[in-house]
Amino acid sequence: MGKTLAEKILSQKSGSDARSGDIVIAQVDLVFAQDTTGPLTIRQFQACGFERLANPEKTILFLDHAAPSPNRGMSNDHILLHQFAQQTGCLIYDVGEGICHQIVAESLAKPGDVIVGADSHTVTAGALAAFATGMGSSDVAIAFGLGKTWFRVPESIKIMVSGKFPHGVEAKDFVLHLIGTIGADGATYKALEFGGDGMDNMSMSERFTIANMAVEAGAKVGLFPADRITEGYLSSQGRGDHYQPMFADRDASYEKTINFDLAALEPTVAKPHNVDNVALARELKGTKIQQVFIGTCTNGRLEDIAIVADTLKGKRRHPETRLIVAPASPQVLLTAIRAGYIHTLVEAGAIILPPGCGACLGLHQGVLGDGEFCLSTANRNFKGRMGNPEAFIYLGSPATAAATALTGEITDPREVM
Amino acid sequence: MLRGKAFKFGDNISTDHITPGRLAHLRSNLPELAKHVLEDADPTFASRVKAGDFIVAGNNFGLGSSREHAPLVIKMVGVNAILAKSVARIFFRNAINLGLPVLICNTDNIDDGDELEVDLARGTVNDITRANQLTFGKLPEVMLHILNEGGLIPYIKKYGDFKL
Repeated sequence: MGKTLAEKILSQKSGSDARSGDIVIAQVDLVFAQDTTGPLTIRQFQACGFERLANPEKTILFLDHAAPSPNRGMSNDHILLHQFAQQTGCLIYDVGEGICHQIVAESLAKPGDVIVGADSHTVTAGALAAFATGMGSSDVAIAFGLGKTWFRVPESIKIMVSGKFPHGVEAKDFVLHLIGTIGADGATYKALEFGGDGMDNMSMSERFTIANMAVEAGAKVGLFPADRITEGYLSSQGRGDHYQPMFADRDASYEKTINFDLAALEPTVAKPHNVDNVALARELKGTKIQQVFIGTCTNGRLEDIAIVADTLKGKRRHPETRLIVAPASPQVLLTAIRAGYIHTLVEAGAIILPPGCGACLGLHQGVLGDGEFCLSTANRNFKGRMGNPEAFIYLGSPATAAATALTGEITDPREVM
Repeated sequence: MLRGKAFKFGDNISTDHITPGRLAHLRSNLPELAKHVLEDADPTFASRVKAGDFIVAGNNFGLGSSREHAPLVIKMVGVNAILAKSVARIFFRNAINLGLPVLICNTDNIDDGDELEVDLARGTVNDITRANQLTFGKLPEVMLHILNEGGLIPYIKKYGDFKL
């Protein structure tokens, strides 16, 4: 019997014949924490009596959730993280140096890796065929110290996609539709494995968006094959040597297979307060929006900002709708500046934030007021998510966000394109 | 044998309900953070919960973030165990890693305020108020082992490695 991608990677990294349901101990190729989970990770590492990292060059701290820090508590946590990096020799990405998952995607993850991060959206790197998953501070602290962790090898659900996205429809619409179909716990403890001829038309940026939200269906990991598109992306990032092809075996065993035709999709939005509470954008016409937020590890890449800039070029945001844009990394920001996108966005009335996560999780830079409605390109719309339990968050694609910023109400982007 | 009162919650209680991001600056001040536990699901919970009580929830408890502070503050306010129909993956592992039992069982017939008695070894929940007995599923062996040592940190301190 052949193996799924999850079984293949975990077999390789555990030195065993890993099959779904098995418990294995796997070496980790990369382990990281960020500024809201890192301090507890350090405390657990120290409580365990560790003094040294198993692999300092594979251990990273990212200061991205409060970047730059809005208050004394977070600033002191940043000091703690810097001190730990100095003492142990681990890598550190300081405030402004990008969202952890975007940096892992651009510069670090490679096909076949096992990656654990103290952040649930670590699954983003599954787009590069890395077994990448979020864990808590204790598990990550042990991976800091031992360079390995235990896994239950997940059963896999095969998501077969065919066709191409129609005009105005994006990867975000697909993943929201997928989560709406299987539910916010539809893949709990399981791997989602993506395949089908629709892969041939799907860019890495689109794959990152989809893998990023695998956790919103409860999945442990969202895995894509490593193919020519993966190879092209890694080469464009100057790390073509990181490429190796990775495909599931043809006779691998799946818990179930679900088919999707990309051509049949329409712009899709998740309504408050759960990600699986989906509707079509056109069904929500008339819903007034006070803030549009474009960014995050889900949709803060160059391709996302390009769509928004194209939609807003020569136009102005609705006067009652704030427009906030946060590029996910310095590379994205610099490229967007060079392409003229940032100029276009500022002229359209946008506020540009430094690369970081703050607005998405309600830490700072975009906290909503009581009774306000936001259309966000992020991955979560839970009650209280953007800093206020009395506010309402809708999730949509960058195109839907841009269209909504123009009209001041939830708008199907095909209406303004 | 654990005994305490049930605090009932619905489906999809997220880590943002338990420890919202707006309080991230309190994550290195856990006693202060614990005063806000589950604030966005029930603002009165933190002031009413007593050591030994139980959280009783529906499906997909703890979905969302990897923040271990969520089960940590639940444990700090004295919750004995979480009973739920299902639990999100990262939260589940985090709770066990902190020595906080998570028991998967059908919670439909447990009401808010019911007096419960839980026998971890036998795998039973006795709802004393309703004279109703439930059973819960066994944890995977590795998690049971970690739980029995009081959590992952004491486990690794004792064995120095994973012992599967």
